[in-house]
Amino acid sequence: MAGFYGTKNKTMDRHVLLRDVDVPDIREYDVYVANGGYEAWKKALTTMKPDEVTAVVKDSGLRGRGGAGFPTGVKWSFIPKDVFPKYVVVNGDESEAGTFKDHQIIDGNPHQLIEGVALCAYAVQAKTSYIYLRGEFYEPAKTLQKAIDEAYAHGMLGKNVLGSGFDIDMYIHMGAGAYICGEETALLSSLEGQLGQPRLRPPFPAVQGLYAKPTVINNVETLANVPPIVLNGAQWYRQYGTEKSPGTKIFCVSGRVKRPGNYELPLGKYTVRELIEMAGGIIDGRPVKGVLPAGSSAPILPASALDTKLDYESVQAAGSILGSASFVILDDTVDIVWAARKMVRFFKHESCGKCTPCREGTYWALKLYDKILSGRGTLEDVNMIGEVAAQMSGKCFCLLGEFATSPMQSTLKHFRAEYEAFIANHQGGKMNGYTDELIREGVIAGPDGVIARH
Amino acid sequence: MTNPLPPLGRAAGNGAATAKPDDRLVSDKRYKIIEATMRRYGYQGHGLIEALHSAQEAFGYLDDFTLMHIARTLHLPPSKVFGVATFYNLFTLKPQGAHTCVVCLGTACYIKGAREVLAAIEAEYDVKAGGTTRDNQLSLLTARCFGSCALAPVLTFDGETIGKVTPEAAAQQIAQRMMAIRQAA
Ligand SMILES: Cc1cc2nc3c(=O)[nH]c(=O)nc-3n(C[C@H](O)[C@H](O)[C@H](O)COP(=O)(O)O)c2cc1C
Ligand code: SF4
Ligand code: FES
Repeated sequence: MAGFYGTKNKTMDRHVLLRDVDVPDIREYDVYVANGGYEAWKKALTTMKPDEVTAVVKDSGLRGRGGAGFPTGVKWSFIPKDVFPKYVVVNGDESEAGTFKDHQIIDGNPHQLIEGVALCAYAVQAKTSYIYLRGEFYEPAKTLQKAIDEAYAHGMLGKNVLGSGFDIDMYIHMGAGAYICGEETALLSSLEGQLGQPRLRPPFPAVQGLYAKPTVINNVETLANVPPIVLNGAQWYRQYGTEKSPGTKIFCVSGRVKRPGNYELPLGKYTVRELIEMAGGIIDGRPVKGVLPAGSSAPILPASALDTKLDYESVQAAGSILGSASFVILDDTVDIVWAARKMVRFFKHESCGKCTPCREGTYWALKLYDKILSGRGTLEDVNMIGEVAAQMSGKCFCLLGEFATSPMQSTLKHFRAEYEAFIANHQGGKMNGYTDELIREGVIAGPDGVIARH
Repeated sequence: MTNPLPPLGRAAGNGAATAKPDDRLVSDKRYKIIEATMRRYGYQGHGLIEALHSAQEAFGYLDDFTLMHIARTLHLPPSKVFGVATFYNLFTLKPQGAHTCVVCLGTACYIKGAREVLAAIEAEYDVKAGGTTRDNQLSLLTARCFGSCALAPVLTFDGETIGKVTPEAAAQQIAQRMMAIRQAA
């Protein structure tokens, strides 16, 4: 499935991460090696001390690509030196709506991920690493397992790699369909065979992570950045991106654009508007209504923010979060109330149930949206949505609860008029364009009076 | 495992230690697949999710019997196994239809036309894989390998394995069995 949604893009003549776009067979070991693969690993094992690897990554300014954007080298330096065993855990849960970048790395360029994981393990002196993939990644997992097997067969993994005395083992663990398992502490619980529910922090995973041992958790894309950084140095990496957001980043573009796909771009160089243009512009040339910069978990940006630059600081200044950079583009055909309900329904379904504000808040918020969508809503319900969100905000155990408030609060902030118009136009519980969907979901009874099970 | 198994069901009582190993564990080869997975993880509790994956792949869903078997083998409380099995979306407990048909989409079955078999059943019963007919009579599921590849393509109907099915005959074979059960009742 070479480059099955990899996208050529004129702005990067040679990709740093999506190298399968330039070299279609780079998932094969020989092709990867012929294109400079495992050179960084050899360099580190033969010429660098573990701390020097951490230092290079720190100097490069690489920030976590899983959502929070925390500096990766700094995270590694928190791992205590004198506690054993330690673990490296790779977050490949990739469950955010509209995110499909890790999928392409795993499928198209798996050896670069393996090399990155190995370098991280060496830097923190962990002998065991786990790659946690979402349960649906059944096929990509096969590709990755094959690549891991090849790496073992060529002596890049296993005992005493390249005569350095360093041992490393790498395992894949499959999740089983739970968005919350992308949250790092829930992921650790899931890896231990438990319910995927978040844990209290502190202790942070760097101190007590997997099996209560020091653990680094990084996103797939984050670690795929490491081999080129170690090989070419921090200065080379900093030629891309801005002072505070160095490097390149994969932008997943989906929604109402002509050419959805992954676009790897230097951070901070282009604007949201230019990104939409790269993705072929809006279908039928319609106007943009809003943009979700990180799937459903980040506040919506209205069309007035289209000139925001694509880096962590600029998106934050515009009132949202760059996060995983999964841009879902909404045009004027998309009903904001419907879209907000979809996102709230997602969070209600994915709430792990551990804490009350999130579990109950998402439940009642969805009830309110259902009421509005079925044509029985009032302006009071709209206000109530805002109140539920305000009650949840800052009181949830983990960030999922916080994420759940963003579709409510941000759409109310920018598109309140749409809510009011929706209510004015849909009165008395009459059939409307959403009735079928609500029947299918079992929210309201069908024409035969039966409520569908789902 | 050579452990004698206590009687199954939620009310496993005393006298458990004297009960015979259950026939199903012996006669149904699919339990060997699950066994291999649990062995690979040293029969440790943290391999629970892998064991459940393996069971779901082999059976298409997780019934009480299988959950209890896993709980016992891994020395975990049934509540914990049930909790984990219900927490994750990819795990399906006993489906809600009165009857259950699981079509194997494993490699061997796939190349022998399992897709077409599934499509034929979907069309005949107006139900999508993973769903249950509106009259709640039949749940249609898919699995990855029953360990009966020599009989590919394979499906199971209420636990009975039916091999070498064809798209033309599959729906009829299901209908016959449903009819027979209805008449017997
Ligand atoms: C609800 C929730 C879901 C998350 N989902 C993911 C995910 O699917 N993939 C991911 O890499 N990080 C996800 N994260 C972020 C992780 O908790 C964590 O910050 C990240 O794995 C750290 O890696 P990084 O520093 O390389 O970004 C999620 C966080 C939350 C709160
Ligand atoms: S905020 Fe939601 S997902 Fe997070 S712990 Fe609470 S209930 Fe679970
Ligand atoms: S592939 Fe169908 S039984 Fe093995």
